[in-house]
Amino acid sequence: MADTAFAAPPRRPLVLRQPSILVFLACLALFTLAVTLLADGSGTGAISTSFVKTLGKTLCLCLVALAMDLVWGYCGILSLGHMAFFGIGGYAVGMWLMYARTRLIVVESLANAPLPPTPEEISDGIATQIFGVVGASEFPPVWIFAHSLTLQLLAVVLVPGLLALVFGWLAFRSRVTGVYLSILTQAMTLALSLYLFQNDSGLRGNNGLSGLQNLPGLGEVPQSAISLWFFWASAFALGLGYVLCAWVVSGKFGSVIRGIRDDEARVRFLGYSVEAFKLFVFTLTAIIAGIAGALYYPQAGIINPAEIAPIASIYLAVWVAIGGRGRLYGAVIGAALVSLLSTWFTGGQAPDLVLGPVRIQWVDWWTILLGLSFVGVTLFAPKGIGGLVDLVTERRSPSRHGADLGPDHGSLREREAQE
Amino acid sequence: MFRAAVLSVLLVCAALPGRAQTADAPIQRLLQENAEAILKSSRKTIGPAIDALAASGLPAAQSVLDRWQSKQMWVDETSGLFVFAEEIDRDTLKIFDIADGSEIGDVADDGYRQLKPNSGIRAMIGAALVQFQLNDPNPRTRLRALNAIERDAEESHLAALRATIEREADPGLRARKERLERLLTIRFGESDAERIAAIESFSGDFGSDLRATLNPLLQTSIEAAETEPEGDEVKRLLKPGSEALPREAAYQILVDGGLAKPRISRGDKRNALIANIEDGAVAGIRVATLDSEDARDRAYAALAETGVVQPVATEAQVDETLDRFVFHERYVGAPAAVALAAQDALDAIEFRVGMMQSADLLLDAISLASIYFLAAIGLAITFGVMRVINMAHGEFIMMGAYTGYVVQQLIPSYTVSILVALPIAFAVTFAAGVAMERLVIRWLYHRPLETLLATFGISVALQQLAKNIFGTQARPLTAPDWLDGSLVFNDVVAISYIRIAIFVLAMIFLGLFLFVMNRTRLGLEVRAVTQNPRMAGSMGINPDRINMLTFGFGSGIAGIAGVAIGLYAKVTSEMGQDYIVQSFMTVVVGGVGNIFGALLGASLVGSLQKGIEWFNPSNTLAAQTYMILFIILFIQFRPRGIIALKGRAVET
Repeated sequence: MADTAFAAPPRRPLVLRQPSILVFLACLALFTLAVTLLADGSGTGAISTSFVKTLGKTLCLCLVALAMDLVWGYCGILSLGHMAFFGIGGYAVGMWLMYARTRLIVVESLANAPLPPTPEEISDGIATQIFGVVGASEFPPVWIFAHSLTLQLLAVVLVPGLLALVFGWLAFRSRVTGVYLSILTQAMTLALSLYLFQNDSGLRGNNGLSGLQNLPGLGEVPQSAISLWFFWASAFALGLGYVLCAWVVSGKFGSVIRGIRDDEARVRFLGYSVEAFKLFVFTLTAIIAGIAGALYYPQAGIINPAEIAPIASIYLAVWVAIGGRGRLYGAVIGAALVSLLSTWFTGGQAPDLVLGPVRIQWVDWWTILLGLSFVGVTLFAPKGIGGLVDLVTERRSPSRHGADLGPDHGSLREREAQE
Repeated sequence: MFRAAVLSVLLVCAALPGRAQTADAPIQRLLQENAEAILKSSRKTIGPAIDALAASGLPAAQSVLDRWQSKQMWVDETSGLFVFAEEIDRDTLKIFDIADGSEIGDVADDGYRQLKPNSGIRAMIGAALVQFQLNDPNPRTRLRALNAIERDAEESHLAALRATIEREADPGLRARKERLERLLTIRFGESDAERIAAIESFSGDFGSDLRATLNPLLQTSIEAAETEPEGDEVKRLLKPGSEALPREAAYQILVDGGLAKPRISRGDKRNALIANIEDGAVAGIRVATLDSEDARDRAYAALAETGVVQPVATEAQVDETLDRFVFHERYVGAPAAVALAAQDALDAIEFRVGMMQSADLLLDAISLASIYFLAAIGLAITFGVMRVINMAHGEFIMMGAYTGYVVQQLIPSYTVSILVALPIAFAVTFAAGVAMERLVIRWLYHRPLETLLATFGISVALQQLAKNIFGTQARPLTAPDWLDGSLVFNDVVAISYIRIAIFVLAMIFLGLFLFVMNRTRLGLEVRAVTQNPRMAGSMGINPDRINMLTFGFGSGIAGIAGVAIGLYAKVTSEMGQDYIVQSFMTVVVGGVGNIFGALLGASLVGSLQKGIEWFNPSNTLAAQTYMILFIILFIQFRPRGIIALKGRAVET
């Protein structure tokens, strides 16, 4: 892995500094292998194709949760906009998928025409197919690169990255911090989703993009195989993302961003450019979120502006908080557990709970349970599920400042203790 | 019975003589002259007959037109004479002489035919009657005549109207007549100078009748010429391909004028080529090569040479032809001088209407601002004073609205139920707020981010709970009758009473807030605890109790706001979400910790949203998007809001 490349002589290798990397990668590899062997596409068929897709999507959610953990758990920026970056990544890749597939369909339907089709006819045909639902028949300017997979893949990285860069620069420059920043990012997310909801946004309004599960040119390949490919890609991206995040938080850089989380002013007085660090982390995590989204939506098959609404980003924070922020594996555990449980409960598979005369249907009551358990976690177990690991490994945080008040070690806690 | 029947037959026979009427009265003679047209009763040919009657100056002409219009004129089929008649029963008519209206007697209706003018003719008769009616002694009739002219004016009315103004005794009617005379002068005046003078006499007026009169004068048509046109009629020159004159439209004008060859659409060209495929080729060009528009153009041109299809202009030819012509817009509704005067007058009117619309917009903005203020005022207490981020604030609004709904189910009278719902909503949300503060928030006072998350969890749970109880469909919260309708200032400026009520409510709460914070023991203690809890504690104030009460107070106000908002918006489990981000924005923009900041913030957010909506009225989503972007930028320049706290209070 990447350890040898980064290990300077006086420093220990990355895997030793972050022992969770090895455990995590081993678990991920085992899990991937098990799913591959049991999946419909390659093995016994014990796991249905749709469940493979669910698992693949869950891995993508784990990846975006990693990004959230990096920006919130380590750097203290509670961003309520990372699911927006996730959605932008999905839109970017979805545009190419939809364009390319519609193009194939149009070319095929024009092939039997008496005259060979002209480029204009093909382009008009695609535009009518895609934008007919919003009453348009011309390509809006944002689709200018939709024909090229390379450019759209570049957009997956560049658009969320640039948006985060500009927004972060504006916000951090004027020292918007804490809850104000959260509200501001939430406003940004709301603005983006409202914009996309318009029919003339150029991205099909509230219809969103659909049919993304069909890869253009691979009509012959069954979905069971495609689902596995995406599962592998998601697993690979998650593994890579984990190592990247672990590397970012492990060295001196990690110490600085944790310092920013705990007491921003103090780090600034030590001479660090707090804004630059925050901007880097914010942008990097936005890019990771965009990539996660680009892998997620081809598995989901459809993307619409409702996926970008602020509530999605808040749920992301919920996953990370429940899993345990400030530790990378916590974010992964939280995202996987809560999103899978949500799927199970809201999918109607969970048996009703009968309490005497009252019959509790989980479809209706799961959200309430989730909301309350979230309150409970915040109040009673700020370390989240990841805190359980501490009990097992007997690992104690160095207690420099009196009583333990959660993972936000440092001056914040000190101030709390005083007050 | 039998005798009665015989008697009536006898009576009818005795009266039989329709002949008794005077056949040589001037009006009868006039009618006889036009009898053919009148009997034919066709809209196309009736005109001269009506004009002759109207212009005859005979005293009976008005009553003839009147009776004719109301289908009371009949014709004796044997003598051809016209009479007035009333149907007494199915078979009997009571007839009158048309010259003096004197009764002739009852006759059997055999031998008489009723004139039944259709609606078009009746309207023409009505127009002819106007001049009589304008002089009618009964003011009601004169008013009706004026209305008729306003609806459907004709050139002939102008002279008729002018003739009657001098004699008009009623001042109200006289003013209307004079106004109408000027309007008609604009439309039908003989000289341009007269018309322009009439237009100018209206300066300062912006009635819709004036606008309706002026607009047709500005009609233009787009024309093409080879040389640059001159003269006042030319409104402006147009460039093909501009917004006012798309390229296709410009070329179509040339085609319609026979100045250019027609174009062909891509689809038509394709169909023409397909229709002429022979042996896998079109005009000798192989089909397989026709995969670009250029190739198809060439193939079509080749076809056109053989004479199979019409020759058409290619894109290059279109461009070249368009270059040769100058396109211009020409006034056709009126002579140039009149049109220009009308344009000036309309511009002035537009300006005034624009001012009125701004006033209306301002009212809209104020009412939206008061809604935001109402939604945010609770937040100004919990977030602004206590610095507690309560994401469930929107759900307290929802809770208040549902409380109003439930109360309305129990109390049938809308007025009483609203008055009862307000305190109950306050009580319910106060209790909920206190419970939340005791159970959750007090443990998190020093961890603001976690307060945000925990209250978000509560918000999600409350939303789902409301969904489980009340379902997903919107519930109505009906306003009492006295809040229905609008306060109308003029035809542009109006505001509904509900919005006024919300504004008043917002002002009441502003006053209440200021009173509680500045004039009561509770307010003093709240301020003390906010500034320095430990010091306040040592002064004998119980900070826990104060925090609890403050939070409950803020939540209670949210409940009342919920009732108010529910009156004009739908009550759904998600309604809180619609306000929460805007409410936070309002507080943040205004400046945390200052109620006047919240007021300013609400005004800014509300007027901004209305202002953006004004630019793009069809799209409220875009307005919200741009508003949020503006706020994000605004916070760049005033990170602490419009009214920023100074000094040590900033640091907490």
